[in-house]
Amino acid sequence: MSADHLPEHPDFLWRNPDPKKSYDAVIVGGGGHGLATAYFLAKNHGMTNIAILEKGWLAGGNMARNTTIIRSNYLWDESAAIYEHALKLWEILPEELEYDFLFSQRGVMNLAHTLGDVRESIRRVGANRLNGVDAEWLDPQQVKELCPILNTSDNIRYPVMGATYQPRAGIAKHDHVAWAFARKCDELGVDIIQNCEVTGFIKDGDKVTGVKTSRGTINTEKVGLCAAGHSSVLAEMAGFRLPIQSHPLQALVSELHEPVHPTVVMSNHVHVYVSQAHKGELVMGAGVDSYNGYGQRGSFHVIEEQMAAAVELFPIFARAHVLRTWGGIVDTTLDASPIVGVTPVENMFVNCGWGTGGFKGTPAAGLTFAHTIATGAPHELNKPFALERFETGALIDEHGAAAVAH
Amino acid sequence: MLLISCPNCGPRDETEFHYGGQAHIAYPENPNDLSDREWAEYLFYRENTKGTFAERWVHSTGCRQWFNMLRDTVSYDIHAIYAMGQPRPDYPADQASAPGLAPGAATPASSATTPTSSEGV
Ligand SMILES: Cc1cc2nc3c(=O)[nH]c(=O)nc-3n(C[C@H](O)[C@H](O)[C@H](O)COP(=O)(O)OP(=O)(O)OC[C@H]3O[C@@H](n4cnc5c(N)ncnc54)[C@H](O)[C@@H]3O)c2cc1C
Ligand SMILES: [Zn+2]
Repeated sequence: MSADHLPEHPDFLWRNPDPKKSYDAVIVGGGGHGLATAYFLAKNHGMTNIAILEKGWLAGGNMARNTTIIRSNYLWDESAAIYEHALKLWEILPEELEYDFLFSQRGVMNLAHTLGDVRESIRRVGANRLNGVDAEWLDPQQVKELCPILNTSDNIRYPVMGATYQPRAGIAKHDHVAWAFARKCDELGVDIIQNCEVTGFIKDGDKVTGVKTSRGTINTEKVGLCAAGHSSVLAEMAGFRLPIQSHPLQALVSELHEPVHPTVVMSNHVHVYVSQAHKGELVMGAGVDSYNGYGQRGSFHVIEEQMAAAVELFPIFARAHVLRTWGGIVDTTLDASPIVGVTPVENMFVNCGWGTGGFKGTPAAGLTFAHTIATGAPHELNKPFALERFETGALIDEHGAAAVAH
Repeated sequence: MLLISCPNCGPRDETEFHYGGQAHIAYPENPNDLSDREWAEYLFYRENTKGTFAERWVHSTGCRQWFNMLRDTVSYDIHAIYAMGQPRPDYPADQASAPGLAPGAATPASSATTPTSSEGV
């Protein structure tokens, strides 16, 4: 194709309306969770006079930056319930949203490298099965059969002693997920307003009645916060606190390669996780940078460590090159579980704390948070994740328990 | 990689240090008198400042001493480093962006602070 004959612009998937003077509900944050929440508010609760306010461009935050691992093999009942519900939704959403976002159920393997890992993994497989989550324990031979490029010999520092495997887990194309939700939201009448930063809230006593934005003041009956890494900043504007710390979380991709990696492999102990994207890039990530940060970038030594781990586990990756690295801002909690529910401010609701692993939760976060916003009450699945658990002590400690945090 | 000036050892790579989160959190004077809410605040609630933040670091693979730091959580610039037990030095956010101002130079507790630089990546 020659340069003076560019193809026609494809159809736009959503309008770009100006904000109205008032809405029945306003969702702050146009990432996956904000989009899914608006979609279910419109679809399940008939709330169509609503808006999503996004300070940047649609789904340009963690939604654009995550490594798209979807799984539900969490240890505790409360987590298994909500993540498994999400996984079931992922299985039907392409049809419901009429958009094939390439959800590929290629399985996820969580490697065990120590006797402690082995015991915890087998325990988790048992717990998963009791909760109706598909889970298997693989010995090193079975690991090798499923993923031949993995080094399962004992010539490495932490040999692979086995793995848990969830066959229904996998990856999806994050941008397409966002666009799929956005198109449906738009069809249902939701206003998606980009370049609209929320800068403050208008309150009548303890009750929120409006939001101040870079595009003017908007009155609203209800506010739902879906701001991920910026949740604390918004809560502070609204006059309450959240037990959240924002950290940089980085990931990287290699150049394109022939398909070599058939599944998703995660190792908590050697600390890397790897999948191969549909196009062919090797996608890798690991843990957060230790310090608090809103910079959407972290330190290079974190990248270096995850690359060392990757090459140890996958010797053929030694020849691959890093094409791009980037970072997002993740909203971590001390029990590595999300916070979804009511806030001390009347008519204001919060969905945050999904930290390093909230992409997989997107559909269930949206479904249950929409219920909470519409009815003012918890949904059965998000009830255990209320803010009050930090006072009652009913924490849902998924640190380590959930294999790796992503 | 941050370049952190340990008060005892001088400038060293970030990899020699461990992070200790928000500084200046005192153990409650009368723990038995706290309500559940107050305990939750003490245990789980920390500031999550976007901007200048007072935090603790420990030089784990060096002198193994703790110290405090004022760091910008967006630019990652280090504004001041000061001893444990010292009060937080003044560092208004607007000074952070004042042109030509050396990091840490404007802090009143200047004898206790070590001007440092940090490297963004
Ligand atoms: C490198 C990386 C890898 C990850 N890998 C995985 C993974 O493999 N699997 C998994 O399940 N999860 C993963 N995650 C986590 C996942 O990305 C997040 O938990 C999830 O995306 C958070 O929900 P969100 O999509 O709504 O967030 P975001 O996309 O960050 O949405 C929040 C939005 O709020 C907007 N906002 C903030 N402040 C304001 C304001 N004042 N006014 C208006 N808008 C505002 C932001 O601009 C942003 O667009 C990863 C994250 C990162 C960074
Ligand atoms: Zn030292």
